Amino acid sequence: MLRLEKLTKTYKTGDQALKAVDLVVPEGQVLALIGPSGAGKSTLIRCINRLVEPTSGKVYLGDVELTGLSSGSLRRERRRMGMIFQEYALVERLSVMENVLSGRLGYVGFWRSFLRKYPQADVDEAFRLLDRVGLLAMADKRADELSGGQRQRVGICRALIQNPALLLVDEPTASLDPKTSRQIMRLVCELCKERGLAAIINIHDVALAQMFVQRVIGLRAGAVEFDGPPDTLTPDVLTTIYGAEDWEATIDKVEDEDDDAPEAAE
Amino acid sequence: MSTELEALVGKRWKKPPFVRRGWLRWALLFGFAAYLVAAFLTIEINWARVYEGLERGKQFVLAFTSPDFTSRSVDIWDGMLESVIMTVAASVVGIAISIPIALGAARNIAPLPVYLICRSIIAVSRALQEIIVAILLVAIFGFGPLAGFLTLSFATIGFLSKLLAEDIESMDKVQAEAIKASGAKWTQWINYGVQPQVMPRLIGLSMYRIDINFRESAILGLVGAGGIGATLNTAFDRYEYDTAAAILLIIIGVVMALEYLSGVIRERVQ
Amino acid sequence: MPVRDISGRQVWKRRTGRESLFHWVLWLIGIAIFAYCWQQISEATTWFFVWDAPRIAGDIWDRATPPKWEYITQLGEPIWDTLNIATLGTLIALLLAVPVAFLAARNTTPSRLFIRPIALLIIVSTRSINSLIWALLLIAIIGPGVFAGVVAIAIRSVGFCAKLLYEAIEEIDSTQVEAITATGASRWQVMAYGILPQIMPAFAGIAVFRWDINIRESTVLGLVGAGGIGLQLSASLNVLAWPQVALILLVILMAVVISEWVSAKVRGAII
Repeated sequence: MLRLEKLTKTYKTGDQALKAVDLVVPEGQVLALIGPSGAGKSTLIRCINRLVEPTSGKVYLGDVELTGLSSGSLRRERRRMGMIFQEYALVERLSVMENVLSGRLGYVGFWRSFLRKYPQADVDEAFRLLDRVGLLAMADKRADELSGGQRQRVGICRALIQNPALLLVDEPTASLDPKTSRQIMRLVCELCKERGLAAIINIHDVALAQMFVQRVIGLRAGAVEFDGPPDTLTPDVLTTIYGAEDWEATIDKVEDEDDDAPEAAE
Repeated sequence: MSTELEALVGKRWKKPPFVRRGWLRWALLFGFAAYLVAAFLTIEINWARVYEGLERGKQFVLAFTSPDFTSRSVDIWDGMLESVIMTVAASVVGIAISIPIALGAARNIAPLPVYLICRSIIAVSRALQEIIVAILLVAIFGFGPLAGFLTLSFATIGFLSKLLAEDIESMDKVQAEAIKASGAKWTQWINYGVQPQVMPRLIGLSMYRIDINFRESAILGLVGAGGIGATLNTAFDRYEYDTAAAILLIIIGVVMALEYLSGVIRERVQ
Repeated sequence: MPVRDISGRQVWKRRTGRESLFHWVLWLIGIAIFAYCWQQISEATTWFFVWDAPRIAGDIWDRATPPKWEYITQLGEPIWDTLNIATLGTLIALLLAVPVAFLAARNTTPSRLFIRPIALLIIVSTRSINSLIWALLLIAIIGPGVFAGVVAIAIRSVGFCAKLLYEAIEEIDSTQVEAITATGASRWQVMAYGILPQIMPAFAGIAVFRWDINIRESTVLGLVGAGGIGLQLSASLNVLAWPQVALILLVILMAVVISEWVSAKVRGAII
């Protein structure tokens, strides 16, 4: 459903963030993108919805080639890709409800959105999503009054109300404590399953990734080093991705904690 | 589906209003609209005169493309020099006086009586605009740059002392206490505990004030207090737009140069 | 090195020899410039008047007190005009400043090479020139009156407001803008949802701050004929009606104090 062909990004400074990455993501697959800082994870995700303009290569979403689109059609295609951010990236001075509804911006006209006159169906859907993530009571609170985990849930609602086919998730747990991190990852993966969404999740925490996803991609210095199911991630593989370190503990931890999250086993 | 959700689905949603009390919100809105209408109604605009003026406005804009620096070059040069001289002298004197007053107006340094005296000096200086002070000083000291110099010095004191005093009041207490604990005298304490903390801000503010003083010096001439303002006024009176344009361009140029300079200096001290 | 060896002992100095020499030269030049300036001012001054100043000041004070209180009845309309000049001028300035600020901010300008310099030029040129000069100019063009005052205040304030506003725009959190862009929002929607909420507090603060300044400035615009209470001040000065002048100055002081109080209150409520 999502296909990257020889995707390359070279920044003006000369840093080559992506080196001809090829990747195919089938419908409904949740995959984790791991790799050290600076490996190009964020750049890869941002090149897909062209928040960062790729230097060369192609991105196909379904049959549409995103890389060649004009800005108008790109906006229409962006509606099919929900994005979730590391620092939540909520508009802090707007209410929770406005933040969720802002996910519909690609569907409504300027004046409707400016006057906050969203179609009733959008409003209902927003309430349903907030209820699903357990934040219905917070709808009229300002976003900066929420805790980190709550904000990330609002971010998830904003991405889902777009009715996307694909979720781009950039370090969803990097600013959260371990328990909340796990809750958020579980929520994202559950929602993907419920709605049959594909997702690309950038993540630092290898153990957490192994716990929840079906496929892991290891990125190093802008190139794919590993591609396979999470249980084939061996210390050797991690060493090629991250460099030498004692990896046994990291992987062991996953097996210990697996029973904590039975619903995510698949 | 939870009961709260059922209660909400199908209902219209509205952004919670900025002012929560309904009557107050409408009163504010209505009051503001009424004021605007009243204000517009009382402004008398002579549209025929405005229309006539458009031609002159066009000439003036065109004058900017061909400013005349030469035909009144002597007047322009003398006026600018006087403006600069007033700016420099007033800035030096104003800054020198405002430092002790700022120390006196900082509650964490000065005893209460001194604090009150210094604060009232600041209040008086800030409440009187430069041009009004200039009118009074011209009446007292006669025409000429002395009145302008005194005006700008006086205005500098209000501006600089207030901001500097606020900076001193918000400084890091621990550093100052450490110096005091070493057994320093009051003057030593100011020199070692306070001065290093407020110095960058003092320099930044001083540069900013020099900039303001120059801009103000350009209008003091309108009331006879010296500087380029008199030349500019004459140019307008005689409809010599090209000379006026030249003067304005020089003012803009000097202000830009000062801003650039102050940017460079502020970067170096911080 | 600031530590020097003087007759076998280590002596610590704050600056090296060359540094301290440089400092002294700098001070010397500064003092010379100041001395020159002072000499120029003193040459242009009739010192006889200056020595006579205390007597004249006392004389003016005698004539100005008590203020002519009953004159207040004639000041109602000028005060209303002054308020209008400041308020309407500020409103117009804000309307103009918003687009200029967006064009000038590095992260929102459509073209850094062409449009941004133009926007910056507008900001610098309107800011560098005092509102009294703008008033002089506008009176020459559209004739004396309140309208000229409103326009003068508006033009002077555009640059000021736009400068503060574009600095606020440059400081916004770009990830919030990115997030709104990622939803497929149009350019205008990104502005309304991603940028506007972030600069709203700064905008409100700037508006009130400038209104406060404009009240002060509009009290003196009348000196050159641009309406408001300054007209009365100028007329009273011309006929040396010092008791009236005293009353007008008191009224202006009151206006300044009240506007400062109002703006402090409003700013407190916003932030």
